[in-house]
Parts: sequence; C-alpha cells; structure tokens
Amino acid sequence: MSLNVEHHSVRALPSEKPIRLLDNAGHAVHGAAAGGFELPDVETLVELYRRMVVARRFDVQVTALTKQGRLATYPSAYGQEACEIGAISAIEARDWFFPTYRDSIALLTRGIEPGGILASFRGDWHNGYDQHAHRTASQATPLATQALHAVGLAHAARLRQDPIVTMTYLGDGATSEGDAHEAFNFAAVWQTPTVFLIQNNGFAISTPVSRQTRAVTLADKAVGYGMPGYHVDGNDVAAMYAVTHAAVERARAGGGPTLIEGLTYRIEAHTNSDDPTRYRHSRDVEHWKRRDPIERLEKYLVSEGALSEAARAEIADAAEAVAAHTREVMTAEAELDPLELFDHVYDRERASLLEQRARLEAELADAAMHAADHAGAAR
Amino acid sequence: MTATSTKPDAPEASAPTQLTMAGALNAALRDAMEADDRVVVYGEDVGPLGGVFRVTDGLQERFGEDRIWDSPLAESGIVGTAVGMAMYGMRPVVEMQFDAFSYPAFEQMVSHVAKMRNRTKGRMTLPMVVRIPCAGAIGGVEHHSDSSEAYWTSTPGLTVVMPSNPADAYSMLREAIESDDPVVFMEPKSRYWSKAEMSLPVRTAPMDRAVVVREGTDATLLAYGPTVRTALEAADAAAAEDLSIEVVDLRSLSPFDDETVGASVRKTSRAAVIHEAAQFGGYGAEVAARVTERNFHWLSAPVLRITGFDIPFPSPKLEEYHLPTPDRVLAALDTWEWDD
Ligand SMILES: Cc1ncc(C[n+]2csc(CCOP(=O)(O)OP(=O)(O)O)c2C)c(N)n1
Repeated sequence: MSLNVEHHSVRALPSEKPIRLLDNAGHAVHGAAAGGFELPDVETLVELYRRMVVARRFDVQVTALTKQGRLATYPSAYGQEACEIGAISAIEARDWFFPTYRDSIALLTRGIEPGGILASFRGDWHNGYDQHAHRTASQATPLATQALHAVGLAHAARLRQDPIVTMTYLGDGATSEGDAHEAFNFAAVWQTPTVFLIQNNGFAISTPVSRQTRAVTLADKAVGYGMPGYHVDGNDVAAMYAVTHAAVERARAGGGPTLIEGLTYRIEAHTNSDDPTRYRHSRDVEHWKRRDPIERLEKYLVSEGALSEAARAEIADAAEAVAAHTREVMTAEAELDPLELFDHVYDRERASLLEQRARLEAELADAAMHAADHAGAAR
Repeated sequence: MTATSTKPDAPEASAPTQLTMAGALNAALRDAMEADDRVVVYGEDVGPLGGVFRVTDGLQERFGEDRIWDSPLAESGIVGTAVGMAMYGMRPVVEMQFDAFSYPAFEQMVSHVAKMRNRTKGRMTLPMVVRIPCAGAIGGVEHHSDSSEAYWTSTPGLTVVMPSNPADAYSMLREAIESDDPVVFMEPKSRYWSKAEMSLPVRTAPMDRAVVVREGTDATLLAYGPTVRTALEAADAAAAEDLSIEVVDLRSLSPFDDETVGASVRKTSRAAVIHEAAQFGGYGAEVAARVTERNFHWLSAPVLRITGFDIPFPSPKLEEYHLPTPDRVLAALDTWEWDD
C-alpha cells in the first residue's frame, strides 16, 4: 500500500520471562526483567491505583447484584485490573477501543456510565452506550471478531490522516480463532496503528491455555506476523501501562501494530453461571490471590510515601460512590418499549416490518384492554 | 463522524454505449468512487488484475492504492475490517471472489454486519456493500457456482439484491453504495458477459422494487438473477402454445416486493418461482408462502417452485442436469390443471 512509508518487520522473540516493573512485594524491578521499560512517574501510578480500586469495587458490586438476580449474566474481571486498567489508560479520548464482554471495568475507566455498560448484561438491549461519544465499540461476544473491526477502523483513520490509535482486547482462548489470526495479519500488512492486548487469564471457560496453544507465550505469535510482541506480567499495572503506552506511541507515530500478552488470572468464575471447581484447584486460586495487582501497587506507593491514609480514604469513598450509583441504576427498572424492536433494523422503511410492528401493537393494546377489564372485574 | 462531501452525479448523461454487466458494474464503481471519496474498494486481486471477472478493471490506476487495493486473502478479514471502516465513516465496497468463498465471512456478516444498527439503536450504522459473484452455468469447478442467497435473506438486517441485466447492475450498485444499510450485492456470473445499450449514469427502478419484464395474463413467473432469462425463454415458448406468461424480475430478494408480485399474481391467478439454489428450505419456499398467504383467494393453482435439485452443486459436466431450464418450467406449468 502506498500508505506504508517503510516496511519494518520484526523477528525478535519476546522474552520468556514476563516484563515486570514492580515485583509481587511491591519492589521496583530493574535490568533485563524490566525489558528496557521505565517505571511510570508516581502521579501516574497513583491514578492507576485509583482506577483499579474503583474498578474492583464496581466489579464486586456488579457480581453481588448478579447474585441478587439484577443482571442476567456478568463476566467478572476481578484480579485482571492491572491488564484492564493499565492498557486502557495508555490510550487517549480520541482513540478507539474495541472491548469484549469481559472488559466492563475498562469501559468504566473510559468514562462510560454503569447503566450504559450493564444494559446488555441486564437484558435491556444488546448495547447501552453511545459508541461515537465514547469512541468505544460495543462489547463483542463472538470471540476475536472485534479485533478486525479495530484494524478496519484504524485503517480508515489512516486513510483520513487522523492520528488516532485503536486498541482491542482478546482472551487467551480467542487467539485460537481465525479472526484473531486475520486481524493480526491485516494489521501487520496494512501497518495499522492498532494495539492488541491478549489477556491470558489462564482459561477459556474451563479450557486451560495449555489446551489452546503450543506456543511458549502467546506474545510469540507476533513474530510470525512481523510485528513486535511483548510478554508482560499482567498483574503489574506499571508494566502493563508502560508497555502499552510505548506501543500506542509507536502506533501513533506510524510504527504499526503491537501484540501484547498480559499474564494474569481470572479469580472469579467465567460468568455467574459457571462452576470453576470442576476445572481448577482452589490452591491455584489462592496462589494467584497472593499476587493481587492492587495490593502490589499499594505496597509500592506506601513504601514510597506516595499514598497517605487520607488519599486512600478519599479513593475508597470514590469507589463507594460508584458502587452506590451502580446499585441505584441497576435497582431501578429500565423502561422498555417492545415496539422499538422494529425501529432499528434498517435505515429504509420495510413494509414487512411495519406490518409486524402493527401486529405487535394490536396485541399490546389487546393485552392492555384485558388487563383493564380484569382490574375492573376485581374491583 | 466527520463526513466528507458527496459530489453530485455528473449532470450530463453520456452517449448510449454497449456495456456488459461486468462493464456496467465497473462503471458504477468508478462513478460511485468519483462521486463520493468515502467509497473505497478492496478484496482479493481487485487491484492490478481488476478482479477475476474484471469488474474492478482499471480502477486502481484511476483512483490509486488508497482507494482500491488488494487485501490479504481472508474473507472474514475483508468483511470484518470493512465493518471497522464503515464505523469510521467510510463506505467500503468489498468483493468476495466467488459465492462459496464468502462462507468464511459468514460470522462477520451475520453477527456484526447485520446487527450493528439494531444493537446500537441506530447510533452505529454500516453503509457497506459486499459484492458476491453467484450461481452457476459458467462451467465452474466445485465451490464456484453456489447460490447462497437464502443464508443472507434469512438474516434480518441485511438487504439482499441481485440484478439480472447490465442497466440494473449499474443502477442497483450505485444505489447499494448510497444506501445507509449494509447490502449483499449478488452478481449472477452467467450474466457478466450479457450486453445492453445504455446512457450513463442510468437509473432504473429503485433497488427494492420488483419489475414486470414481460406482460402476460395466464400465469406469473417469478425469477431473479440468472433465471430471469430462463423465465423469458419459457414465456416465449409458452406463447407458441397460446399461453400468455408474465415474468417478474424480483431484483430485491430482501426486502421482498409483495406489492408488485401480488398485483401480477392477482391478475394472472397463477405463480411459479424459479431459482438455481436447492429447493428444500430455499428462497422459493419463502416466495411461495408469501404469495399464497397474501393472495390465496385469487389463486387458482398452487404456487410452484422450479429449482435446482436438493444436492450440492454438481461438477461442470453435470450442471446442465441440475439447473432449471425453460423446458422444466414448461413441464411444471403443465402440472397445473388448466380449465380450458
Ligand atoms: C466464536 C465464539 N465461540 C464460542 C463462544 C462461547 N464462549 C464465550 S466466552 C468463551 C471463552 C473465551 O475465553 P477467552 O478468550 O480466554 O476469554 P475470557 O473469557 O477468559 O476472558 C467461549 C468459548 C463465543 N463467545 N464466541
């Protein structure tokens, strides 16, 4: 393509040891393990901490509401906050994000209202927020399909010479889908400004990564497409932010796509209808709980004297406020208009749909009349 | 989204020219790209080669590689990236090389192209066209002659059209590109080389309308794409036996033009639908059911289907036994009881 000013392909394999800037004890990591990346400044880290705390409180709240039957389903991201928040914090408001069902907390960080994020999980409508306003596509359910949309939009933006970047998240299972391959390949061939984040959380529902791939790391796949790949400690938000931020900058400067694997763990079930005791040991869950991404950053910030008790209390209050707001909007029943079912299928009016709409309208009027009769008789 | 300006059509119509259907489609793409710089074209081999049927011949020379380019060989990738492009305000027109090779893109078509408007309550629309060369009678090997229309027409959210002649091909493709709904634009391969004279930019009937292409009073043949010619030949032959057959070219498979079809059927009181695709669960079943439901009291005979057999599309040396022929149409009409 004429847009490809230069064609740089990449052959170096990502390191097998994940890139890490903060270890589990909250100590800064230097040298080879840091992969040449620098710890973000302390204000950035405090902000990432705030976002993770708010996100977790939201996630816990939504899981509780799901147990109460307020939502039909909810895929939790508890334990994956560093991946979710670190990466999304590296793009700007003008950039576009293409999330999956699991990425509700990234949407929250992007400024989307809880009610908008959760409308689809409650069952109101398949999507509940304005894509254009938030530059965020709806949460994709068919695995890996959204990655191609991210590549296409990035390419369109380049044709328009708009300096925006697209970011998309995929699960480890999703990397086996054909669309993941096609998206990586299109992005590399077209050199689109796209950042792919694979959240390797150990499982695709019940299937472990070992049954998904023989690759040593999922980031290795990047090499075959001719783009850089990074294997990152996905519970280290500092590393997640630093690596994605570098990838975003390179993409914006015309350097093409990047594939990043964040190595993390899904603490909760796949969704509320899953039974994880059938496929994993509680000792593994405990092991990963001891590597909590929020605690790790907290230890570091406290040791640096960057997180006062007052600041911590203020962040906790902010998180409670989001939780309270979430409870409020999820407790109120959404007003739904069944006739709207027909309103958004086509731009052009369709006679057959108008007929079907009229039929439903008559049914509804009938039902209302019966209900009124019934109430009258009962009185 | 930032919308760029749409230039009006060239005001002057050109002098009449002879064009094949492939040539008319090429002219339509050229004129659409000229009129609106949001229109981009890509797919497999559409660039220097001009597509395996030469529908995009010369367009890359004219518009450059940022408007029309060869994509990697991956149908889901082609359609999936077109979704992203349309989301950003482009109007991508993508080519599937052959009917059966559109199947890898099935998921993108059904799960996203068809549903995006609905999912987002109309806030996110996908003005895109997926061109699919379709159907047989060109001696193609396996996977080169399928009729996939029923897969697309049973998917709410998709508009599915199929022209049968060069002027419609031009007009309907222009309209499909201008449409804010995603359109599956099916091109009957066996008609690519059919010729007609027209002055560009020609506009025929609206894309969502069926057209009566031959008037008659005794029965209505409902056909589309490659079978319009079959129907016309059958009607000519029937005329020799004093049967007056009306032929309707459906043009738009979804939406279905109940009005034009109903008017014809109520006039003639008999209807048969002709297509190349297999019969069972096929598009003809929908046509027969609709026509019957809406016109039962005007009908004096059951609605018939003259279709391919319920078999995978045969190899080239056997396809003539599979495809509906004028003789088969006439034989089917003979199964009706005619009063006089
Ligand atoms: C194309 C497709 N096939 C199957 C499913 C059903 N499904 C939903 S989630 C899931 C597992 C996905 O695992 P992964 O990609 O690792 O993401 P995670 O849920 O762990 O975040 C499956 C199989 C689907 N949504 N889409």
